[in-house]
Amino acid sequence: MPAPRRHHILSVLVEDKPGVLARVSSLFARRGYNIFSLAVAPTDDERFSRITVVVDVEKAPLEQIVKQLDKLINVVQIDELAPGDAVERELLLVTVSAPPETRGQVIELAGVFEGRVVGVGFDELTLVLEGAPQKLDDFAELIANYGVVAMQRTGRVALPRIERRSAQLSAADEAS
Amino acid sequence: MKTNGAAALIKSLEMEGVEVIFGLPGGAILPVYDPIIDSPIRHILVRHEQGAGHMAEGYAQVTGRPGVAMVTSGPAATNIVTPLADAYMDSVPLVVITGQVGTKAIGTDAFQEVDTVGMTRSITKHNELVTRAEDIPRAVREAFHIATTGRPGPVLIDIPKDIVDPANPNSELDWYWPDSLDLPGYNPRMEGDPALIKAAAELIGQARRPVLYAGGGILKARAAEALTALAELLDLPVVTTLMGRGAIPDDHPLCLGMPGMHGNYTAVTAMQEADLLVALGSRFDDRVTGKLDAFAPHAKIIHVDIDPAELGKVRRPDVGITGDCRLVITELITALRDLGAPGNQPDRSEWKSTISGWQETYPLTYTQSEPGELLKPQFVLEQLRDNTPDDCIVASGVGQHQMWTSQYWKFNHPYTWVNSGGLGTMGFAVPAAIGAKVGRPDKMVWAVDGDGCFQMTAQELVTAAAERIPVKIAILNNAYLGMVRQWQEMFYEERYSEVYLSPDLPDYKMWAEAMGCVGMRVESPEEVLPAIEKANSIDDRPVVIDFRTDAREKVFPMVASGTSNSDIVIGPGES
Repeated sequence: MPAPRRHHILSVLVEDKPGVLARVSSLFARRGYNIFSLAVAPTDDERFSRITVVVDVEKAPLEQIVKQLDKLINVVQIDELAPGDAVERELLLVTVSAPPETRGQVIELAGVFEGRVVGVGFDELTLVLEGAPQKLDDFAELIANYGVVAMQRTGRVALPRIERRSAQLSAADEAS
Repeated sequence: MKTNGAAALIKSLEMEGVEVIFGLPGGAILPVYDPIIDSPIRHILVRHEQGAGHMAEGYAQVTGRPGVAMVTSGPAATNIVTPLADAYMDSVPLVVITGQVGTKAIGTDAFQEVDTVGMTRSITKHNELVTRAEDIPRAVREAFHIATTGRPGPVLIDIPKDIVDPANPNSELDWYWPDSLDLPGYNPRMEGDPALIKAAAELIGQARRPVLYAGGGILKARAAEALTALAELLDLPVVTTLMGRGAIPDDHPLCLGMPGMHGNYTAVTAMQEADLLVALGSRFDDRVTGKLDAFAPHAKIIHVDIDPAELGKVRRPDVGITGDCRLVITELITALRDLGAPGNQPDRSEWKSTISGWQETYPLTYTQSEPGELLKPQFVLEQLRDNTPDDCIVASGVGQHQMWTSQYWKFNHPYTWVNSGGLGTMGFAVPAAIGAKVGRPDKMVWAVDGDGCFQMTAQELVTAAAERIPVKIAILNNAYLGMVRQWQEMFYEERYSEVYLSPDLPDYKMWAEAMGCVGMRVESPEEVLPAIEKANSIDDRPVVIDFRTDAREKVFPMVASGTSNSDIVIGPGES
């Protein structure tokens, strides 16, 4: 599930009121905008939630999407995060076919990606993996060879990347 | 003070200064109807909930105040969906209150339950299902604020029965009236950015062929006087869109009239040939632009709108200004003067003479009927226009009659034209005219309707007769769904599919009389004026005149759908 090249992340602060998620998602549907992924969770301020929505900007100009979103009364603030300017994370759960002869390889592959085994059956394993979406894409591609029974990803969450003066520290952050 | 939800709801409407509610009671909203008996607010009992919504729109459009409609749950809520969508498209401030099943029954497919807020989410500026009685005053206060500020629009409040039923403990609350609003995500920008206003003033100063493109936003912002002042300062021609008719008087020498699919040649062509369009509260609607990539190809664009999402939605502006039209135009006039206007402007005499040349060469025309032929609808409209007060309010439905009315009427005052522009709702005229007359009882109100439209909402004339609301209805009865017929004639090789309605079925005169109105029928030109004069003299009940008009008559000029405005067709067989 590679992200489209022209995806853009919107971090949308909304009032925590009934129906707000429906307002946002139906606006996208009504105006013909494509949602690539969407994650919603409370914030540290109980009045607000944050919706992180990855939009496909091939289909509609980002500016128009943002302006239409901003017209929703319950939308408080919208931050646009260009892919390079954000720290993005996502969670992946996968149940994969793992009979005794390949089980070791599956566990090893999960280890390489810093994943963990969270469920064990006679012929299957359930793995969890956290990381940047690209890392999850890579893992998903490799694990597919073993026979995926079920896979679920959360959709990404993101925050603006912190700007620091030290180039070396930034480089270290990039490497993570 | 202890109170209950129903009393609090009515009290809240009183606090908002509501003078009239258009509505129809039913099961879920029943408790709210009880305190109406003791309230100074006038309630007008409609015959169909769609009528309530359009009446509230007509009221709002002529008064500038929010229209209020109240109906019950389920089918009543679905019936008012059309007016909500209509008001959303035309930015009409409405507050619509719907009843809902009790909070415990929500989601159980209870009797007369629909997901009203879910259904109306995309056709309201905002809506809210109120679940606690104590939220009612807050919800009402917010609804009126949201409906009337920024870009106006409809707001719906859905009220479950248990929180308004005095017999239910859920309806108890301590009365309060919120002195402030907590809407952290809503802060419409009113003032234009001074730097952008200066940039706009400079761009105007460079234009040789400018046109002011005035839309409904001028009227919503009460900016008609400001617009005229701007036009007069620099001697700039103005086109007024279907929603903006009356923004500058039609008899003003700078007013070019309506552009668009059925606009006049001069208004359409002036925009097409302009080197600068100053869009003021207008939104580059497809009916105005025609084929978009051929629209006004040489024009730079200044776009002023209260809604930032309109800037760049259709056509990218060179200068886009978010703000209230009245404030921005006023600031723009100051900025122009600061730059030396009107003295610093380029010579535009050639542009002026080009425009007046078009006006002389291509006026609106039609051929008067021969003896024995049916009436020409344009003739009826000219007679109506010339024999009603200058500030007469006119409402219309949607179709040929609407276009002819917009073309032939002289809108010399703002807020005198009430029609359904964006949604194009057939049946709008009768209830909208009733609402307009309720809002402006001091003015004469005519509706110009088609026979197809009239059949959709005519029952509201019963409301008007019962409430003594003396509106006057001119049906241009050509026995067809006329605009559809026109398209079938022009684009479907005269294959008339399902457009014939019959002139006599129903008998409009008898129908009008059955509804408590005066009914008349007019078939020849010499009968037109006496009928209009008789209608004008009746002030105690509605009047309906069935004008028998010629179905062969088509609306011209016309820019065919999907073609360039440069390919405007002036009349039958001409281009």
